[in-house]
Amino acid sequence: MSRNLDVVNPDEKTGSYHLKVFLKSMGVMLGLIILTLICLVPIYLIVVNAFRTEQNITNTALSFLPEFGTKMQIDGEMKDVNAWQVLVQNLHTAKVRLQFDALPGFRNSLIISVSSTILTIFFSCLTAYGLCVYDFKIKDSAFTFVVAVMMVPTQVMGVGFIRFMMNFFGMKLTGTYWPLIIPAIAAPAVVFFMCQNMKSTFPFDIIEAARIDGCGEFRTFLTIGLPMLKPAIAVQAIFAFVASWNNFYTPQLILGSSTDRSWEKRTMPLMIAGVLSNDNVRDKGAQAAVISLSILPLIIAYVTLSRFIIEGVALGGVKE
Amino acid sequence: MPSNAARRIKSISYARYGYYFIIPFFIVYILFQFWPLIQTFIIAFYGNTDLGNVNGDGSRIQNLKYTDEFVGFQNISELLFNNNNESAGRSIRVNSTDFWQSLENTLILWIGNFLPQISLSLLLAVWFTDAKIKIKGKGFFKVIMYLPNIITAASVAALFKTLLDDTPKFPGPVNGFFMDLLGRDLKADQPFTFIANITSEQPWLPRASVMFIQTWLWFGNTMLMLMSGIMGINGSLFEAADIDGANSWQVFVHITLPLLRPIMLYTLVTSMIGGLQMFDIPLLFRQGPTFASVNPNLRTIAVFIFSKFQADKVKNAWGYAGAASVILFVMTSILGTIAFYINRDKDALAKKKQIKKLIKQQKIKAQKATLGGYSGL
Repeated sequence: MSRNLDVVNPDEKTGSYHLKVFLKSMGVMLGLIILTLICLVPIYLIVVNAFRTEQNITNTALSFLPEFGTKMQIDGEMKDVNAWQVLVQNLHTAKVRLQFDALPGFRNSLIISVSSTILTIFFSCLTAYGLCVYDFKIKDSAFTFVVAVMMVPTQVMGVGFIRFMMNFFGMKLTGTYWPLIIPAIAAPAVVFFMCQNMKSTFPFDIIEAARIDGCGEFRTFLTIGLPMLKPAIAVQAIFAFVASWNNFYTPQLILGSSTDRSWEKRTMPLMIAGVLSNDNVRDKGAQAAVISLSILPLIIAYVTLSRFIIEGVALGGVKE
Repeated sequence: MPSNAARRIKSISYARYGYYFIIPFFIVYILFQFWPLIQTFIIAFYGNTDLGNVNGDGSRIQNLKYTDEFVGFQNISELLFNNNNESAGRSIRVNSTDFWQSLENTLILWIGNFLPQISLSLLLAVWFTDAKIKIKGKGFFKVIMYLPNIITAASVAALFKTLLDDTPKFPGPVNGFFMDLLGRDLKADQPFTFIANITSEQPWLPRASVMFIQTWLWFGNTMLMLMSGIMGINGSLFEAADIDGANSWQVFVHITLPLLRPIMLYTLVTSMIGGLQMFDIPLLFRQGPTFASVNPNLRTIAVFIFSKFQADKVKNAWGYAGAASVILFVMTSILGTIAFYINRDKDALAKKKQIKKLIKQQKIKAQKATLGGYSGL
């Protein structure tokens, strides 16, 4: 055993080994920097274009800096403007001519995402707690069911979903937020994750102790179960929120009809899609302003929470 | 000694609370997901699903009713084979080549984004976990590479559409950059058809764009999954290989790859299921206002289904949407079963097998012993 440890890579002492490691590290760093640029440049270009006038974009398509001090047509006359004024004007164009109203868009998206995240987290914890803490007849088959339906995608049932929502026991739910919020109660993947988490970390004895102290079952869940699951909740809440915020398919089904009253209820992704499909207005500056505005809040939130998110993805990867 | 209270509590059955706790989940699941799925299956077998009153502008759907007629497998068989002869009375026809085209598109787009994605992610994951390579700012790179996955797909489609815009005379910045590079005139020449709405003569440029976008979106996610897989491999194996003088390629081929296979297979199948649902990017990466203007080479199955019951404000098309959904469901379930099979608890299964084997062996031993005992007969 000890002899093995003495065997050293013959190159190691000669210095050529260090050189090799150094060169390899440099090569890897170069590759990583190129990839970083590929990730960031498209986003950067759009943000820059938000500060440029349509005229300038048509003249020189690719520019890494906005033109400082340029002319722009405002209220019918050419004026000298700086980059910030261009941005404001671009957003104005977007609002007037592309029907892109940022504030209602954010508000609608927030209402839907926040409520469905809360529902997903609360009810998934509740279900996982029920499946893990109690012993009852259908426990195992219920868990198997949750795992089995985890993979069934929403796209497959779109046809039936929209039909059912058009006539939900006599109510018309299309054009309302309910079909986008209520289904969040049933999130099989989150239940599965919470179950795995509880099985590996939850101190089940504490529940017995709470019972002896006369604590009701539901209160035990609220005051002991939920706080114990906090780390898992943090990770899953972020993912549930992002998924709901980014969802395009279901909102398009429910709120997509343009003549319905659902027009002002549109979420951010629907508004972006609307800007995209507007063929009459080809103002690239306004389009870029709209896209930047929709991306930036997400990027800011991501950068502040990135540590949790990166850890969360790794956790999700080892599902065994 | 357990106290009186503890003894009393032991005797109470808490089973009913289990039912109370899980019932909201199951009610909502059955109502909002399971029942719609059943409805989709029902719709798939009906011919004339009437959209109800359509207004003069052909847009407003008021109430939905069946003007029924059960057609059995006609929808599905028409999607697959288009046997035109026996479907008289149906005002909307479906072209099976459209459906097959959408299947083909989905497959091509998925393969074209999965292969570069998995190779890039694998390379990066190996780099990030290699102790011999010194990378400064690992955390920073990881954060940046996962960033595209956070951004709304609709915004991503919009972003790349504006960058690659191929409207004559008004090319997007990146398209213009490529034109400059090849000496084309921005105002006079035809831009590269990265999106191309009407003509489908050059299928590969738009497809390549979508493949690039999908790879751009997902490689960070796959990389982090593979990294956690590599970090789960016993580190002493790498040390042993290092001491034996294996180079990094040998370590990769003989240690990392074989031990990473389960997680790679899992990634493959989940990515395939995700690829079958590919919807946002192909639908929004288009020129033109309506869903009909999606490039035919980018029309995936999900887009096909969607266009059959949303964009086509006509009678009769819902049955086809349902039928295509059923076909998609069958494909997904097959893949899902494979994923489930791969992902099952192998240790537990192995233990069960071993126990069975032991019992069998003991039985055989016992039999032999009894046989031996009677061999004198």
